[in-house]
Amino acid sequence: MDIFIAIVQILDSTIRLSVPLLLACLAGLYSERAGVFDIGLEGKMLVGAFAGASAAAVFHSALIGLGMAILMSIAFAMVHGFASITHRGNQIVSGVAINFIAAGSTIMLGQAWFQQGGRTPALQPGERFEAIIWPGADAVRDVPIIGPIYAELISGHSILVYIAFLMVPFTWWVLYRTRFGLRMRAVGENPAAVDTAGISVAWLRYRALICTGILTGIAGAYLSMVQNGGFVKDMTAGKGYIALAALIFAKWKPVNAMFACLLFGFLDAASIRLQGSPLPLIGKVPAQFMQALPYVLTVILLAGFIGKAIPPRAGGVPYVKER
Amino acid sequence: MAQAAIELIGINKSFGAVRANRDINLEVARGTIHGIVGENGAGKSTLMSILYGFYQADSGEIRVGGKPVSIHTSNDAIALGIGMVHQHFMLVDNFTVLENVILGAENDALLKSSIAKARSELERLEREYGLEVDPDAVIEELPVGLQQRVEILKALYRGAEILILDEPTGVLTPAEADHLFRILKQLKDQGKTIVLITHKLREIMAITDTVSVMRQGTMVATRTTKETTVGELAELMVGRRVLLRVEKGQSEAGAIKLSVKNLTVKDSRGVTMVDNVSFDVRGGEIVGIAGVAGNGQSELLEAISGIRHAVSGEVTLDGKPIDLTGKADPGELRDRGLAHVPEDRHHVGLVLAFEENENSILGYHDDERYLKGPFLDIDAIMADAKDKIEKYDIRPGNPRLKTANFSGGNQQKIVLAREMEQDPGVLIVGQPTRGVDVGAIEFIHKRLIAMRDQGKAVLVVSVELDEIRSLSDRILVMFAGRVVGERGPEATEGELGLLMAGVEHQEAAE
Repeated sequence: MDIFIAIVQILDSTIRLSVPLLLACLAGLYSERAGVFDIGLEGKMLVGAFAGASAAAVFHSALIGLGMAILMSIAFAMVHGFASITHRGNQIVSGVAINFIAAGSTIMLGQAWFQQGGRTPALQPGERFEAIIWPGADAVRDVPIIGPIYAELISGHSILVYIAFLMVPFTWWVLYRTRFGLRMRAVGENPAAVDTAGISVAWLRYRALICTGILTGIAGAYLSMVQNGGFVKDMTAGKGYIALAALIFAKWKPVNAMFACLLFGFLDAASIRLQGSPLPLIGKVPAQFMQALPYVLTVILLAGFIGKAIPPRAGGVPYVKER
Repeated sequence: MAQAAIELIGINKSFGAVRANRDINLEVARGTIHGIVGENGAGKSTLMSILYGFYQADSGEIRVGGKPVSIHTSNDAIALGIGMVHQHFMLVDNFTVLENVILGAENDALLKSSIAKARSELERLEREYGLEVDPDAVIEELPVGLQQRVEILKALYRGAEILILDEPTGVLTPAEADHLFRILKQLKDQGKTIVLITHKLREIMAITDTVSVMRQGTMVATRTTKETTVGELAELMVGRRVLLRVEKGQSEAGAIKLSVKNLTVKDSRGVTMVDNVSFDVRGGEIVGIAGVAGNGQSELLEAISGIRHAVSGEVTLDGKPIDLTGKADPGELRDRGLAHVPEDRHHVGLVLAFEENENSILGYHDDERYLKGPFLDIDAIMADAKDKIEKYDIRPGNPRLKTANFSGGNQQKIVLAREMEQDPGVLIVGQPTRGVDVGAIEFIHKRLIAMRDQGKAVLVVSVELDEIRSLSDRILVMFAGRVVGERGPEATEGELGLLMAGVEHQEAAE
């Protein structure tokens, strides 16, 4: 039974750790499906985290925090759009620039406003998103098997966790069942086809980037207002890049993206759990090895185990009407 | 005369210093097929792009159905009932036919009703015009002919009354082209107006009612098709009389230069594309390989030039055998005097982003002539490039210009100059004049014959039967990977056509 409890706990933290990856991964899906590579997911998440924690601390409201996180993240997405759609700049350069600006400006503004070494003030209850306890969760906690699963895995997460997982079917529905989704997929494959059909390529791509901004904003808010009680410098710690890897791994499909992110989340959770505890046959494994494991596995998986991942064909290429 | 569907009055359009269209006047009658011919770069596509709202004219007036209109975007054109089938299809390759058809013409924000409507509408169009295509097929899995049909369906779905087709047969096999013409005639019978842009005069003669000729951005003449001839149109196009059949003397075939024995080649899927093919090419003769595209000619060329490994068989070059089944590489063959002008110059023959002079030595860049120690001898390369530009009349004559900025005909001349000037013993050429304008075709044909007269062995593969017939001293016909017949240059088109369709071959097998 101890092992069962341990597994449930690992799965529980898998979910918690997957959420920011999943939101960022879906964010990347919107922009890359529309043909705009977005290496700036990391930066937008960081900006979202900072804006969310700051606004929540100042206005004493979690909702205002979330709103600011989304707004600021969209603003950065628009900068990316202005550079790479309107002015046809290099999308990678623009994305990297956004990451640098985000990393620098959050620390600088944090220090200037709050004087806590780049941190934002610790969030009080009411300024964070609290866990939602589902009806009857405490009552069934002691029921074998189902009890812990219901009480630990399903119940007891913040609203943002549920939003993240609901975004998966929602994104699928948008992509494959709506006019916007059809056009967005088309513009990522062959923008000339969209242009000759009488649809604005630029406006379509901007709208996709707005979706990206909303989702990275929520991802950032989750980091600073749920996982942590405030903003810490560089708190995204490469999650934006892992999300991009997961996106490739998922072949730019929403349901696959969820499983990819759960896998990365699980590796993360397992590495935390197994740190310091001896494994059967192998013995004690250095903590650094366990921490590196998700990244090593990413390389191995991407190198050969997923088959051919074909990116959207027009990805990374600014659209220019041919002469 | 019937009422005009489209009138263009005094259209001007410049791109920077280039005047693509000058004072163009054009009137297309309703319910007719109107052809527009001209060499590459004559301004045909620009004119049609203006009509379709892709570009704005600098000045001039457009009237549709007698009313002056302003067309600022493709949407305006679509609303006026103008549909366009582009030379490079505007389709999303990994979408289904249905998705492509509704893209941009959806009913509302959700797709469900649009898909249902498109499905029934496609069925109706299929009944009315014989435009069969599986609505759930994915575009990239369809042959080019069907992809083009989807483009036509897209236009009709949007209610097009006027259909513009830009070089529609460039990518089609002769059979697919015939089918397309039948569809176009049917559309005409139903009252649609069709504008056909092409540089193939035979098509103009076969299908159009009236024809306009463009040259260097101006409209030089409009004729009723019945009252004109191919010769007159060709002359109007290039501004002088052209030889449609190049004159050449009797061939003096010498020793065997290239010999292919029992060559078998499979493609990447493992399908046998060349099946036990044997033939010889002698010095001083041109051997042409005719056939409908996709019957193994491409793979044959690739194997002989060392790009694709053969499964079995033997090739001898100047009497010395070459193992093509694994070790051969194009560089070795090149060193041994085999030059290759590939079928697809964009992907195999040229690096479009390079300057002209760089492309003119590509593959021969390690030749001592172009080297100064370990470095490229830029002066020698430039001198060499200028020399080739002059000899092959490559325009514009600027060796520093990016290759992508040359027209198709001039790009082909760059490749030909590079390969021919190496003075090879054997020259193999795939599709020598694909996408090349009339003036350049004549030039290229003359050059190939000059090579022959110098005693070189020339192997030409082309899907243009006219070209094969006018160039070759001997014609081999390929069908389903086999050589199914050999004929002299006097063979009739009908005779070759039957061989190409595999008719005699099947009868012989039975």
